[in-house]
Amino acid sequence: MNGTAAPTIRTSTGRAIRTEEMVLNMGPQHPSTHGVLRLELVVDGEIIVDVIPHIGYLHRCFEKHCEAMTNYQQVIPYCDRMDYIASMNMDWAYALTAEKMLGIRVPERVEYIRVIMGELQRIASHLIALGTYGLDVGAFTPFLFMFRDREMILDLFEMTCGARLLYNYIWIGGVSHDLPPEFVPRAREFCRYFRPNIKEFNDLLTYNEIFIKRTANVGILPADVAISYACSGPMLRGSGVKWDLRKNDPYSIYDRFDWDVPVGKGEYGTVGDCWDRYMVRIREMEQSLNIIEQALDRIPEGDVMSAVPKRIRPAAGDVYVRSESPRGEIGFYIVSDGTGSPYRVKARSPAFVNLSVVPEISRGYMIADLVAIVGSVDIVLGEVDR
Amino acid sequence: MTFQEISGRLQALFGDSVLEVKTEGVVDPYVKVAPAKVHEIALALRDEPDLRFDYLMCLSGVDHGRELLGAVYHLSSMARGHKLTMKTDLPASDPRVPTVSDIWPTANWHEREAWDMFGIVFMNHPDPRRILLPEDYPGHPLRKDFKVPEFYNGMKVPY
Amino acid sequence: MGLLDRQFNNSNVIITSLDDLLNWARLSSLWQMQFGLACCAIEMMAAAASHYDFDRFGVIPRATPRQSDVMIVAGTVTLKMASRIKRLYDQMSEPRYVISMGSCSNCGGPYWEHGYHVLKGVDRVIPVDVYVPGCPPRPEALMEGLIKLQEKIRRESLVKKSA
Repeated sequence: MNGTAAPTIRTSTGRAIRTEEMVLNMGPQHPSTHGVLRLELVVDGEIIVDVIPHIGYLHRCFEKHCEAMTNYQQVIPYCDRMDYIASMNMDWAYALTAEKMLGIRVPERVEYIRVIMGELQRIASHLIALGTYGLDVGAFTPFLFMFRDREMILDLFEMTCGARLLYNYIWIGGVSHDLPPEFVPRAREFCRYFRPNIKEFNDLLTYNEIFIKRTANVGILPADVAISYACSGPMLRGSGVKWDLRKNDPYSIYDRFDWDVPVGKGEYGTVGDCWDRYMVRIREMEQSLNIIEQALDRIPEGDVMSAVPKRIRPAAGDVYVRSESPRGEIGFYIVSDGTGSPYRVKARSPAFVNLSVVPEISRGYMIADLVAIVGSVDIVLGEVDR
Repeated sequence: MTFQEISGRLQALFGDSVLEVKTEGVVDPYVKVAPAKVHEIALALRDEPDLRFDYLMCLSGVDHGRELLGAVYHLSSMARGHKLTMKTDLPASDPRVPTVSDIWPTANWHEREAWDMFGIVFMNHPDPRRILLPEDYPGHPLRKDFKVPEFYNGMKVPY
Repeated sequence: MGLLDRQFNNSNVIITSLDDLLNWARLSSLWQMQFGLACCAIEMMAAAASHYDFDRFGVIPRATPRQSDVMIVAGTVTLKMASRIKRLYDQMSEPRYVISMGSCSNCGGPYWEHGYHVLKGVDRVIPVDVYVPGCPPRPEALMEGLIKLQEKIRRESLVKKSA
């Protein structure tokens, strides 16, 4: 189970049984691949010899659509649909890139609103990631509990912008709607309600003996391999590297808040195994609650749409800006030719890059371990394939 | 290190292969290099002790129009804390550039995507297959002169 | 034809009672094939979770097409995936139904104009029974789509061939 080759099996007369490797298909339609991912497995019995991921089953031509839009703001709904579980962070990353190109600064209130929305979205995204991870390894109850809590966050979003999943909320230069008056008390109430639930998740799943046996010492990702494969987000932090773009390459107003960056320490197995990545996500949810509570206390009054320019026409040139989505480093590289329509937009998606390391870390494990490994990478195929 | 120091270092090491160093009139300064030397420059960027670019953030292909493609490398250093943008221009009739996937393994999938979308050939790439589109898809979609096929395997593609 | 043959060729009280019984049995336990492709899959999961429970309609998710009755195509269908969808639909055993959930599988959705790899509607490869509009449709909308499918099943008959 720890990456050793299968032993030779002998009959009672001492004759060795001849085995050969099989090529199996964990097809695009599979309950545990988190979407349409195809994994071609070369297995020796139950032990994996090689994994070849095949992606592209959800390639929706995002980059071609960006070039066809007549306005930079029209790209935002397509950004939502890339990583549909963390749409606020996608919109924010694109808006940051366009704002850097144009050289505009958004008002204070907009920054606070964006931070609150981004962190609420981070909690909602981690809830799905952890709920479906529990589902993959066989635990159905945490899935229902986490979705129940996620519905409360979606109620907050629906109150503000009218949509539950794909918001089109964070625009270049501001946000589309101001917060309604009952948002701040309801958000505070949510934070008060949610904090003890994290302890409930820990009791249900995190320290459960079966869960630890399935995830500790599985899929160990050493720190140097993670850096050379450009992993980011909880994948990288689970391997013990203390690197969070909100602190190491700061954007927006994250430097005004008091919060910590959790890293994996190998408490139940080795540093960089699936349990560590899972635990980093649980602790990040707690830290997000800290940020939201501090932001709710200090949010100033003001206008939310004053910096939105009428005609967005950046000078010719290109820029790359990265920010921290729940999955890792989301970067947008925009090339402008001076007209009102983007010339080239490239989205560097964290799940695409994190998925490329899966063949490295799953050799020698069993097929059931591969399910745990792919779940711990936390891929969203809309972002992988764009 | 600042951008001036990094680009000065590259010019000192590689002289004429560093074709352009642009700092004025752009938001992000960049360095443009000759395509044939990309592998050596990348090795120096990763291994020189004061440069230490160990993290390849993004590798994109671009279609500049007028028969010119390009590859853009965004690098950062976790050890030293600086960033660099490196560009190279390729003729559309023969867009070949050496691979950097042996230097930064993450480039493997990025280069496959650049081949898929633009047709940029990365020499000595260990796995030069299409990654997002099916293997038998006609054309390279993100080029500006791409025409959407009418039918693909019996299915009508336009609306 | 003899008297006995004619009894079972047209609708009569035996056939209609049998129809009612079979249709009630089929619509009360529509097992769905988990076929989430993209964003609509998240709303489908939310519909199956505790807030908008799907299990009270008798709908439980099954991973394999051989054991499922209804395939909810939730999300964008790309050209690469279309042949697999056809194969999965062929593997389902009759009676089988298809609900197309969301704009993308109805007609290509927001990708209709410039999508070179998007199939403009899943009905170009498989026959669809119910279309649920929305991007993404709320879980309540998906439930209405399911109830419409149940009404459609209720009208089926052994004698008259369904479409």
